Amino acid sequence: MCGIVGLFLKNPSLEPKLGAMLSDMLAVMCDRGPDSAGFAIYGRGDEDHLKLTLRSTIAGSLDSLADELAAATAAPIKSERRDTHLVISFPRDCEHEVRAWLARERPDVSVVAAGTRMEMYKEVGLPPDVAARFRLNEMQGTHGIGHTRMATESAVTTKGAHPFSTGVDECLVHNGSLSNHNGLRRRLRREGLDFATENDTEVAAGYLTWRMRQGDSLKQALQASLNDLDGFYTFVVGSESGFAVLRDPISCKPAVMAETDDYVAFGSEYRVLAGLPGIEKARVFEPEPAHVYAWERG
Amino acid sequence: MPVIDLNIVPVRKLNAALHALLPNTNETDWEILNPEGRHAIAVGLDAPITVKIAGHAGYYCGGMNAQATILVDGNVGQGVGENMMSGEIRVAGDASQSAGATGRGGLLIIDGNASARCGISMKGIDIVVKGSIGHMSAFMAQAGNLVVLGDAGEALGDSIYEAKLFVRGKVKSLGADCIQKELTPEDEAVLASLLARAGLTDVSPKAFRLYGSARRLYNFHVDNVDAY
Repeated sequence: MCGIVGLFLKNPSLEPKLGAMLSDMLAVMCDRGPDSAGFAIYGRGDEDHLKLTLRSTIAGSLDSLADELAAATAAPIKSERRDTHLVISFPRDCEHEVRAWLARERPDVSVVAAGTRMEMYKEVGLPPDVAARFRLNEMQGTHGIGHTRMATESAVTTKGAHPFSTGVDECLVHNGSLSNHNGLRRRLRREGLDFATENDTEVAAGYLTWRMRQGDSLKQALQASLNDLDGFYTFVVGSESGFAVLRDPISCKPAVMAETDDYVAFGSEYRVLAGLPGIEKARVFEPEPAHVYAWERG
Repeated sequence: MPVIDLNIVPVRKLNAALHALLPNTNETDWEILNPEGRHAIAVGLDAPITVKIAGHAGYYCGGMNAQATILVDGNVGQGVGENMMSGEIRVAGDASQSAGATGRGGLLIIDGNASARCGISMKGIDIVVKGSIGHMSAFMAQAGNLVVLGDAGEALGDSIYEAKLFVRGKVKSLGADCIQKELTPEDEAVLASLLARAGLTDVSPKAFRLYGSARRLYNFHVDNVDAY
């Protein structure tokens, strides 16, 4: 099972409502994936600053982190706490110093994702509860993707929750399972990629990051994945400028999309889209198998 | 005429009310509001009634239908009319995968496109798709007729037993043991009757090609012994 939701806004006046819309969509997918949930939001930010979404396994570890980090590095750190996650923002040229301090002083802290605009939150539990804990309904942004997980290939843990991110402003959610992820993970490790889990989806995310590092566009990287990834999947991929959708050639996993002048929305089932504004007049369609769909901000 | 709003009444209660109808019921016209993609709407009906669904329905809409006429003013999810026995289902929009799967009788009409595996394992149902169908359609089809005005995806009629597949557009590829066959006057008559029932009076049966089973997979053949 697993459920996927995605929302890409064309009309900027909807941006203050992105989180609220995505939160409702995520809740509908609870029965496709009650084990864990996660989402990535592309909100405020600029090219000169980096945001790290952090998570700790030790209670209280994040409480004073931003202050201690600012004192130790003299970097202007901004931070925002959301339940078990902390987002810190700083000038991009401080990245090395910040990451080195985190690795040295806070081994309990993992970097969930890095982005100029992307923040990522994921946790074990029922999707509506996870969304509420992170206050998703009040988040703003241009686009976001979310996932509700019914675990198959690896354990029910926060680290095994989707989305997965292996590059700045890049994230991937997946419904399905891959059968050649172990071999591909070994290959990508030799290419210098790091993997935090034994999860199949993280390998797909790493694969796309690797292809784009070689110069592929997101669309080209997804096209190449049709040859290199074995298994069944519906992917929704987020990048700074937009999102893309790909289903495996035999389209094992469901997908429905809706497009209006105001937005493009993705759901594992139409139920996800039923509450969106103007859905009665939207173009509702099922993405073709083995065809890359991509929407970018103009 | 009963009007059921699924934002108020659960699907289970709706279906229970429809199942309770006797064959001679006078409540023959039902309208369902706000389906919003919910699954299993109007499943298991067995009475000569008409059910209108105002919007998009989810999985298995009209599954196992007998006798009833179900009209969907929107799209449907996977498995519309799955294992239908008799009656009629009309979908004004598109259908997702496995439309009419394993259907034994009745008529399923889809005004838009149907995606992969349309008519998979069909066993006597008649399906008319006014748009195109996806890959692996009519896989292991056993009986009935599939009429497609548009194109068919890869591996049409793979491992087909019997069943007639009429396609007006292009066929991307044929599956194992599926071949083009001569369109006989008898086949044309069957096709003409189905087109008429689907309200397609301006479509010529002669514009279609007929596909069916080469019957080479029916029995063990000694030439294939190495495959076992």
